[in-house]
Parts: sequence; structure tokens; C-alpha cells
Amino acid sequence: MTILTLSRPGLKTERLDDLLTLPREGGEPIFAEPWQAQAFALAVKLSEQGYFTWKEWAATLAGEIKQAANATEPDDESKYYHHWLTALERLVSTKGLSDPQSLLTRKVAWADAYRHTPHGKPVTLPETIHS
Amino acid sequence: METTRRDFLAGAITVAGAPIAAGASKAGEAGQNGEHAHAHDHDHQDVPSDVALRVMALESLLVEKGLVDKSALDALVDTYEHKIGPRNGARVVARAWNDTSYKQRLLSNADHAIAELGYSGMQGEHMVVVENTPSVHNIVVCTLCSCYPWPVLGLPPVWYKSPPYRSRTVIDPRGVLREFGVVLPEHVEVRVWDSTAEIRYLVLPERPPDTAHLNEQELALLVTRDAMVGVARDLPSRQGDRA
Repeated sequence: MTILTLSRPGLKTERLDDLLTLPREGGEPIFAEPWQAQAFALAVKLSEQGYFTWKEWAATLAGEIKQAANATEPDDESKYYHHWLTALERLVSTKGLSDPQSLLTRKVAWADAYRHTPHGKPVTLPETIHS
Repeated sequence: METTRRDFLAGAITVAGAPIAAGASKAGEAGQNGEHAHAHDHDHQDVPSDVALRVMALESLLVEKGLVDKSALDALVDTYEHKIGPRNGARVVARAWNDTSYKQRLLSNADHAIAELGYSGMQGEHMVVVENTPSVHNIVVCTLCSCYPWPVLGLPPVWYKSPPYRSRTVIDPRGVLREFGVVLPEHVEVRVWDSTAEIRYLVLPERPPDTAHLNEQELALLVTRDAMVGVARDLPSRQGDRA
């Protein structure tokens, strides 16, 4: 049960301070939708496990935000986690943890699973997808 | 207050025992997943947004490869759960404090008033805003599962979903409030609002004293998620202060 996670996992604030534009409230990150929190947690955990440094992460994210700004996308905080996700996909591929084709295939599989699961049942991927 | 909250949650864990099952049998209809207990009008599930699917793809692939631990991710998400979204509700509250006609619209037709600020995403549920006054305190619960006005408040906190909160808030609201650090004088009436599939509630807290000089953005910073659920009452007059 996740209810037991009352003591805050050690997330060092100095690392968050590397991400100057992270939308924050009271020193902690804030999210508009659940997927943003999941994308946030993935980046933090992968970095903690040593698959990339936080510095690499910050640089990749900054690059993504800059590129979007150059493409004249509005640089408001509502797009922040879109950039975050794109940066994460990129870094995960660069580091060989996954690749764009696998990510795309899996995304389609999830969408199909939602379409074919009756309401109220947990959505799971077909067994074959895992092999 | 933090200690009190943890005590309440520690109690929740103990009392929960077989947590979901207890709530479900009481509710009669809540299945394994309480979130879905109210909705029976779709044959299939709505496909999440493209970005949400991309995150699911990333996460499921990385977890399968053993690169990250699903429970560690969930724990981190859980920690920040209470920071998802309550700012939207805070802006609604600040606008109501600052603009009497907006407040009237909010109290008479919350759906429209909230949409005025650009917040939507409710799936057919109606929002009702209930106002705290010096003689009335409102507290929101969903006894059946965990219906929650997430477009304005984000994801529900863990305690909101816990069986003890859901059952005890109706039976002993003053006791629950005490555990959240709110001691209500006897003359203050407590109103408990039980959310349903059709109606979600938001508490409009009282404006703190000595805040006449603050603008709407500054006011919004004073509003907390807990105050909008009704498990907190007096808000601080300055950001960073504890009421």
C-alpha cells in the first residue's frame, strides 16, 4: 500500500534548484495532471539509479525547452512537462535504456488496451506484448 | 499539525486492516477500484491523452527491464500528490474573495464560475461551492469511494481515500477535524458534504483578516488544498505563516 510513504523520500532540494524554471510552490514541484508527476518521478528515479546524472538531465531538458522556444512555441509553464517528457524520451534513447520504436509500439499497445477493456476493469497489456 | 496528520494516517493504516474491502462492503457497490464505482455509462475506457500514454509506455518498458522500481516511482508520486493542481482551486477562491459578483456566481452556479477561469475537465459531474462563515464550517468527504474535484484540486490525498476518513467524517466530523488540528468552538455548526457521482464539493474558506491590501495572486498563495476540502479552517494572513 502506498499509504505508507509518509516520510518524504529524500529528494535533495539543491538538485531541484538546478532546474530553475520548474513550476514550484513552496519549494516543492507542482503538477497539473497525474502524468506529469509520473514523468517527474521517472526522471528523478533514473537519475538516482545512476543511469544519467542530474546534470545531464538538466542539460537535456534545458536543450528541449530552448529548442521549443526557438520554434516559437510559447514558453509558459503549462508546456513545461511536455518538454520534460520529450527530454526524458530522448535521454532514455541516448543512454540505450530504450529506443523510439519500442516506445511508440508500447504507446499504441496501451491505447489499444484502453479501447478493449470494459469499464471498471483494470487496464493491462496483452501477455504477448511482454515477450 | 504535521504530527497530528501523521497520527491520523498511522491510525488509518491500522484501522484499515483490509483497507479497500472494508469500505467496499460497506458501500455495497464499490468494486476493487473505488474510482470506478460510480460510473457505468461507458462500455470501454477512455483512452488517455497522448502524453499520458507516452509516460505509460516509458514507465512500463523501464519497469519491465528492471531499470526502475514501480513501487519507488509510486512512492515519489504519492509524496507530491498533494501538490498536483490545488492552485486552480486557490485561484477560484481568491477571485471570490476579491470580487463579490464572482462570489455570487460561484455560489449559485459553480460550474460556470469555475469555467470562467478556464478550468474544466469534469466528466459530467457538477461542482457545488459551499461557504465557510464565522458560524459554519464545511467539510467534504466521499463515503462511497474517493470522488474528488480534481480539475480544481488535483489528485486526492492519501488520507481522503482512506476508509477511516471516509467513514469517520460523517460519524464524528469534529473528532476528525481535531486530528487535523482544527478545534471548532461549540457554536460553529459543522456541515458534512458527501460527494457523489453527480456532485463534487469545494469549500470556500473565510478570507483571512488583514488581507485587504493583497491582490488576487497574493491571496491565492494563502489558500491551501486542505482548506478547500474543509480539513483546515483559519488561513494565514501572510504567505509562509502558519495560522
